[in-house]
Amino acid sequence: MSLILVIEQILNGVQLGVMLFLMAAGLTLIFGVMGLINLAHGSLYMVGAFAAAAVAGVTGSFLLGLVAALVAAAAAGALIEVTVIRRLYAADHLDQVLATFALILVFSEGVRWVFGSFPLFLDIPAALSGPVTLPGGIEYPLYRLVLIGIGLAVGLGLWWLIERTRLGIRIRAGENDREMIAALGVDISRLYTLVFALGAALAGLAGALVGAIQSVQVGMGEPVLILAFVVIVIGGIGSIRGAFVGALLVGLTETLGGVFLPAFFGLFTDPATATSIGASLASMAIYVLMGVVLVWRPTGLFGVRA
Amino acid sequence: MKKLLATAAALALGAGVASADVKVGMITTLSGGGAGLGIDVRDGFMLAIEQSGRDDIEVVIEDDQRKPDIAVQLSDKMIQSEKVDVLTGIIWSNLAMAVIPGAVAQGKFYLSPNAGPSALAGKGCHENYFNVAWQNDNLHEAAGAYANSVGYENSFILAPNYPAGQDALTGYKRFYEGEVAGEIYTQLGQTDYAAEIAQIRASGADSVFFFLPGGMGISFLKQYADSGVGLPVVGPAFSFDQGILQAVGPAALGVVNTSQWSKDLDNAANAAFVESFEAKYDRLPSLYASQGFDTANLLISAVEKADVSDADAFREALRAADFDSTRGDFAFGPNQHPVQDIYAREVIQEGDVFTNKVIGVALEDHSDAYAAECKM
Repeated sequence: MSLILVIEQILNGVQLGVMLFLMAAGLTLIFGVMGLINLAHGSLYMVGAFAAAAVAGVTGSFLLGLVAALVAAAAAGALIEVTVIRRLYAADHLDQVLATFALILVFSEGVRWVFGSFPLFLDIPAALSGPVTLPGGIEYPLYRLVLIGIGLAVGLGLWWLIERTRLGIRIRAGENDREMIAALGVDISRLYTLVFALGAALAGLAGALVGAIQSVQVGMGEPVLILAFVVIVIGGIGSIRGAFVGALLVGLTETLGGVFLPAFFGLFTDPATATSIGASLASMAIYVLMGVVLVWRPTGLFGVRA
Repeated sequence: MKKLLATAAALALGAGVASADVKVGMITTLSGGGAGLGIDVRDGFMLAIEQSGRDDIEVVIEDDQRKPDIAVQLSDKMIQSEKVDVLTGIIWSNLAMAVIPGAVAQGKFYLSPNAGPSALAGKGCHENYFNVAWQNDNLHEAAGAYANSVGYENSFILAPNYPAGQDALTGYKRFYEGEVAGEIYTQLGQTDYAAEIAQIRASGADSVFFFLPGGMGISFLKQYADSGVGLPVVGPAFSFDQGILQAVGPAALGVVNTSQWSKDLDNAANAAFVESFEAKYDRLPSLYASQGFDTANLLISAVEKADVSDADAFREALRAADFDSTRGDFAFGPNQHPVQDIYAREVIQEGDVFTNKVIGVALEDHSDAYAAECKM
């Protein structure tokens, strides 16, 4: 196995990781601030992808599609926060799971009702398509490099927002003691709507960016949602930094496990058995990682609460 | 749950067909990610029923949501309370395995418009089970035969890690004579193929065979086209049907895929089917729609000849397969699976619509590898 292949796979792992981070950041923010388990986060990812595909299809501009994805997902997020989610903050986690699962079904059938049952087309903008040659002779798709760049930039922006702005102070305060900041005169319900819309917009952005290289179809959000949950559990629920580290760990484990485990078993069994055992173990790898992290640190890498 | 009771009324032209009414139960996927396939099968089926003008075939349609447990519940309900004579409609092999053995054991007929698991083609075959589409391995075998015919000698092959994926690679290798540069099982439902594409690039292969149905195929093709690897790709039609191609876009152009049907097959039944399907539903038919249409026409041909209450006579009428298939020649083998030509098609662009064009026959009068094991 050549060095070029290894580096290329590491880039792939990082790219998957930063896209997972966009999903996980919103999820962990919403859980951290409002204590809400939002299963419908994957649906917001889907809403973003469909909005981008629809707008890019009509206007021919990928950039307008991205804007539409942000706006549509944020609006959908704010809408469900005001109409449904708000009633769930005081409720049991099980009730939240039930209600947000119902939202998944509503979103899926709603999107099908509007866009039909067939997948939509969303392509990479022409300027970003095709491979580029990196130092060392590695050919790598330009669009994936751009995704890594956007993911890192968003991560940086989130850090700045939470650590350096007034809104960030309120969010952090809301995480620690919601009664106290309400008593200090912060409009807590508006803050919650804002945080929810922000998380939704991040999911929508991820959906639109990834939709260009994947299939824009009903139900596309659920597999990503499962990975995003693994990420926030590894990183520590409520921690943005944890989500970032967790996302990179999961992205790298998922990608490198899928490549190297079959190759590893190929050393001592025949190729067909090696691929099938390797592939089966690779799909377990991230859950094994999660198990190991939780045994070592029961609250996750950067988690504070149990 | 949505329940559609569609009775093919319309203009029955009187002339005395004396048989009693036939009740058909269709269990298919109409919601969730795989709904496009079920909708196409249903629309093709109902189009044929409508065109026949018969008012003695009643069709009850239910949505299985792609879940085996729901499919089993629906089949129990249809058999016990709806008292259907014939079941049909299932898209996915795992659902088919959950429903079909039980249904045929209770004396019902099952006509499969899509799934063709190997377990039901060999030792598990049954006199009341007819497959009108293909045995699962067929299109992959044809892809292997096509690879030989164009001289590919070192294929990289990949499929999802589940029974149909393993059947796909086995099917390809059964006919393909060259070397295998690499063999990968991906995860079912996987959406990112960067790691696999990097391995293809590093493998020194001269061609790629893949079986990634539905959304997985869309993702793979878009990412493969963007990677600049550029090796020729061949695969079964499941990643290139009419419902998917528009979502893949230019990335699919020129790719060769194998199918038992194509919209440009030159026979009268097919021309009429394509035209009437487009007129009624305002979209081009997919291979799934053609399978639904053929399944309904097979049923109609049997209803014309025999009364469904006389199971032996009805079974004989089905076996004769005396209908005009959209595929041209069509016959059943000894295990009641199709014996048919399988074509190589190429993805082309017509105006702003992406579609397929037949470029040759990959396998002629092809049956399946399991027929000999079937003792009926």
